[in-house]
Amino acid sequence: MSDLIALSAAAAAAKLGAGEISASELFEAYRERAAADELNAFTWVAGAAPADGPAASTPLAGVPLAVKDLFCTEGVPSQAGSRILEGYRPPYTASVVKQLQAAGATLLAKTNQDEFAMGSSNENSAYGPVLNPWDRTRVPGGSSGGSAAAVAAGLAPWALGTDTGGSIRQPAALCGIVGLKPTYGSVSRYGMIAFASSLDQAGPFARDVTDTALLYRHMTGAADPCDSTSLGHPEAIALPTAERLDGIRLGVPEELSGEGIEEGVLARFRETLAKAEELGATVETCHLPHAPHALSAYYLLAPAEASSNLARYDGVRYGIRAEGAGDLVSMYTETRHDGFGAEVKRRILIGTYALSSGYYDAYYGTAQKVRTKISDDFKDVFGRFDFVVTPTTPTTAFELGAKTADPLSMYLNDFCTVPMSLAGIPAISIPCGLSDGLPVGFQLAGPAFSENRVLSAAYALEQAIGFDGSAPRA
Amino acid sequence: MIDREQVLHVARLARLRLSDEEVETMASELSSILGHIETISELDLEGVPATTHVVEVANALRADEPRESLPRDVVLAAAPATQDGGFLVPSPQA
Repeated sequence: MSDLIALSAAAAAAKLGAGEISASELFEAYRERAAADELNAFTWVAGAAPADGPAASTPLAGVPLAVKDLFCTEGVPSQAGSRILEGYRPPYTASVVKQLQAAGATLLAKTNQDEFAMGSSNENSAYGPVLNPWDRTRVPGGSSGGSAAAVAAGLAPWALGTDTGGSIRQPAALCGIVGLKPTYGSVSRYGMIAFASSLDQAGPFARDVTDTALLYRHMTGAADPCDSTSLGHPEAIALPTAERLDGIRLGVPEELSGEGIEEGVLARFRETLAKAEELGATVETCHLPHAPHALSAYYLLAPAEASSNLARYDGVRYGIRAEGAGDLVSMYTETRHDGFGAEVKRRILIGTYALSSGYYDAYYGTAQKVRTKISDDFKDVFGRFDFVVTPTTPTTAFELGAKTADPLSMYLNDFCTVPMSLAGIPAISIPCGLSDGLPVGFQLAGPAFSENRVLSAAYALEQAIGFDGSAPRA
Repeated sequence: MIDREQVLHVARLARLRLSDEEVETMASELSSILGHIETISELDLEGVPATTHVVEVANALRADEPRESLPRDVVLAAAPATQDGGFLVPSPQA
């Protein structure tokens, strides 16, 4: 591994700003690695360093960035992992990508993902599965599997992902890196190919918490006039420095930290809690009584919103069109038959069913009420605790193909991450050790807009854990 | 339980053709998924308001000022078929 690749993104930005390294050399070092990728992490890699790259005076000074396929990037393939968008090159760029480019990030690659972000293993991509760099017989997690694998393997210094029910935190955990799902609304969704609009949120993947904070700093800020649900962030995002957790109260929800979680994951989780106590935090059991129902509510709400969002793929304005259909409706139904994969079809059907006449109140309406109860559970807990902490995932990375035949068992991967998504609150996953040679993630969630405190606590824990993620970058 | 007829009905609503094989698989998978999901009907949710937005936000409006839109030829370039400066589709009554 070259010295350039070994640099953290923050260190690289500092050296670029000081003129100690050149942006084109750094870009080329990553571009060569990305182009030689054997993990199938990318759907597109830049052909060359940009001729007129960002100025060294910009905050990110030319640090390359990998971007999940579903962010629209002008003139660059943006297919959301779907065959229905094969060949689509958008005429505009997503607001968050534009914002990062203005801050000095350069587009290195687009990353592979589960089709329309629906999946927990990256096996639902029309462009093939991504392999986990810790063990290539295993999945990297999903849906942002390409972004997580690319960062873990040192094919990109950092990456953008999106999280609807765990799609940043779960792959970050399975690949041994840091992933942050920010507060809903703090990052613009304009130009993000939509899955479930009331849940979708863009966030950063990075090797460490400092890089995560630096990337997120330039993703949020002011509200975006192009996204009416965007709120920006009330605070500037600071780079964390705290090494202690004195006075911090950690709540461990009993519902998300026992049954269904494998022993190796629980062992690393408990060791991390002990480290938190050594740093001065108090650790106590708490309760999120409705959390066990979060998955059910999620698997009604997300498919319902998806069935509506995906109505736009009809073979008229972009993407593929089925050939030979006689009339207009046949053209729609054949295009959608050919263009969507099995999981997307499954969710469109669940969502359409849940919204259909006679079932709306029983399914969608009930799920929206459960969502309120879950938000209330978190509000209660945050009255007595600073953060809620859980294992990020019930297991470490599983083998390719292990869960593809049983959608329900795949959905259970999101057990610990979905409650925070429904409540719209920020949650980070940091690596907290290995179990049988595979990374384990530790999730820490705080109230809406508490990203600075979340990042600060995660940083203190990261220093105490001392996780070594360099193996897959070698 | 979701049967074949219900799958076909919902697929029609979603403008999605399914092969015979897909109809069979979906019927069994959707039954299993909805069976799990239906546990929420056991909760007492009397009087609980439905979440409409997770973060408090009042009418987020931007100034109603005309802005340039994308040029027509740029938008049409992404379409599978075009004619006379518009999207070309098969006739609804063909």
